[in-house]
Amino acid sequence: MGVAVLLKQVPDTTAKISVTGGRVDESSITKWSISPYDEYALENAIKLKESGYGDVVVITCGPARASKCLTEAAAVGADKLIHVVTESGSLDSIQIQALLSAAVKESSCDVVMCGKQAADTNSGSTGPGVASALGYSCVGAVTEVSIEGNVISATRLGPLGLEEVEVETPCVFTFDKGDTELRRPNVRGIMMAKKKPIDSLTSDDLGVDTSNSMVSVESHSSPPEKPPGQKFVGAESVPAVVNMLRNDANVI
Amino acid sequence: MSTTVISESSNNSLHPITAQLVGAASALGGSITIICPGGIGATDAAQISGVSKVISVEGGCFNTYDCIAWSESLSPLVKDDLILSSSSAMGRELISSIAATKGVPVVQDVTNLAEGLLVTRSIYSGKAIEEVRISSPCAISLRTNSFEAAGGGGSAEITTVNVSRDITVAVKQALTKAGERLDVSEADIIISGGRGMGEPSNFSHLYEVADALGAAVGASRAAVDTWDDIPHSMQVGQTGKTVTPNLYIAVGISGAIQHLAGMRSSKYILAINKDPEAPIFSVADYGIVATWEEALPVLKDQLSEILSS
Ligand SMILES: Cc1cc2nc3c(=O)[nH]c(=O)nc-3n(C[C@H](O)[C@H](O)[C@H](O)COP(=O)(O)OP(=O)(O)OC[C@H]3O[C@@H](n4cnc5c(N)ncnc54)[C@H](O)[C@@H]3O)c2cc1C
Ligand SMILES: Nc1ncnc2c1ncn2[C@@H]1O[C@H](COP(=O)(O)O)[C@@H](O)[C@H]1O
Repeated sequence: MGVAVLLKQVPDTTAKISVTGGRVDESSITKWSISPYDEYALENAIKLKESGYGDVVVITCGPARASKCLTEAAAVGADKLIHVVTESGSLDSIQIQALLSAAVKESSCDVVMCGKQAADTNSGSTGPGVASALGYSCVGAVTEVSIEGNVISATRLGPLGLEEVEVETPCVFTFDKGDTELRRPNVRGIMMAKKKPIDSLTSDDLGVDTSNSMVSVESHSSPPEKPPGQKFVGAESVPAVVNMLRNDANVI
Repeated sequence: MSTTVISESSNNSLHPITAQLVGAASALGGSITIICPGGIGATDAAQISGVSKVISVEGGCFNTYDCIAWSESLSPLVKDDLILSSSSAMGRELISSIAATKGVPVVQDVTNLAEGLLVTRSIYSGKAIEEVRISSPCAISLRTNSFEAAGGGGSAEITTVNVSRDITVAVKQALTKAGERLDVSEADIIISGGRGMGEPSNFSHLYEVADALGAAVGASRAAVDTWDDIPHSMQVGQTGKTVTPNLYIAVGISGAIQHLAGMRSSKYILAINKDPEAPIFSVADYGIVATWEEALPVLKDQLSEILSS
């Protein structure tokens, strides 16, 4: 029993990303935050705990700086903090999922919550991958959950629209932004969180081989500059623009 | 290199991205097998040029969507070194789970694919481009409208496989129906409204333009957060959907960085905003400084004129 929340530390969405020597320059990123969707995962995990379902264990996998997001989570109510310490970059999806799955096993949680997509990779691979690795069910793009016994009802955005689904534990949920208001830490929470111990684990501790990544970064670059667009003033320019969309751009 | 393509469907028929997946696979050479979950679109898939084989996978589990049940039904049928899917929400989930089951790495939302398996994708919500080398066997999802679609005229053999896996995710009730309106993630043209629309009822003007163009209607987060009538499924941006249509029309949207993250890779962008300094103009190919009250009626008239002629 218990809920494991996978939190990834990413550059804040307002951070400027600069590229030097063919690589994103991480040292120039001044603000790191919990990936936005992961905050909804955390909020819903705490709600589940408040309705009587076990402890909230937050897990992050990343370099030393990533421990900050665990402390932030503790300030709003996370009970146990696990940091899988790795160097940034270079791990492929199989390795990340193996590390996170091993940490979930260690926590013995039967519910896992994560973001539907991290704001740095924009992938959306980890939730379903961890579910497959652990042999758990998986429900994606969830905005709300409630539990009765070992049955969890969830609201998800499925291929046919918004649906209410039911699934038994063990299960992985990947979270989307919903109407849920995120709680903010209070002073007491922040003070308590500073004292909360962080359980640091290495890939060796977890028995995961991280030596041979099947994916290697060749280069990073800045997105191509768009040539400056054309700007017109007044609704009377609409016909000319429509004409260009049709005859120059060929899109209508 | 031989490739297995996981087909994409929408409204019970084959989604056009499937032919784009085949187009991308053809450029790499080798045989191409298409797997159709639930058998949807198998006949159309067989007619895509360059396809050697179509596997129509049928079974009760395909009546509702359960990522793990689907991937466990499909994974044993995947025999090739390269697995391709669309990077729709479902495409990503399914291919991640298949990749994990097969023990191969996955790279998502790829916009260019070259031999040696060199792939290009955007990271940090489009603020940087990453080129990665990935060793096969592997799984890759491709972004819509980034690859030339394969043509028609094929006649691949269709094999039907029945699977009998139970689902573990049971749908209790539909809360909203999709499908009445085209979803932003599927559209070639999108017209989105922001807080500048003033009232949710004014979105009717966007729907009229959308109907004339066969477009989908999207929204900024401010619109979604402020008005209950504008559902989150319409939201474009960092915490909404990432879209890459041929034409994106932003109306009354300021162009915050988080909104740009979801739409800046659109092929063409038209912005209508009354503020000449609005940041949306910095990414727009065509900018019109005007209120929507002035601009949209003219736009509607123009469109009905040229589209009916
Ligand atoms: C973590 C995080 C994630 C976020 N994710 C998203 C996201 O996914 N998507 C998203 O969109 N935002 C997102 N945001 C919010 C984003 O920062 C902006 O607040 C939001 O995009 C603003 O929406 P808007 O442009 O509609 O509203 P505003 O910024 O209020 O802009 C309204 C615009 O309408 C114009 N206008 C007003 N009246 C008229 C008129 N009559 N005719 C024409 N123009 C008019 C104004 O000049 C103005 O430019 C996120 C923010 C955060 C912090
Ligand atoms: N290194 C990591 N540490 C903790 N959680 C992660 C990590 N990578 C991914 N996740 C979780 O998985 C989600 C999806 O990530 P991704 O597959 O990279 O898009 C994130 O929103 C996190 O919840």
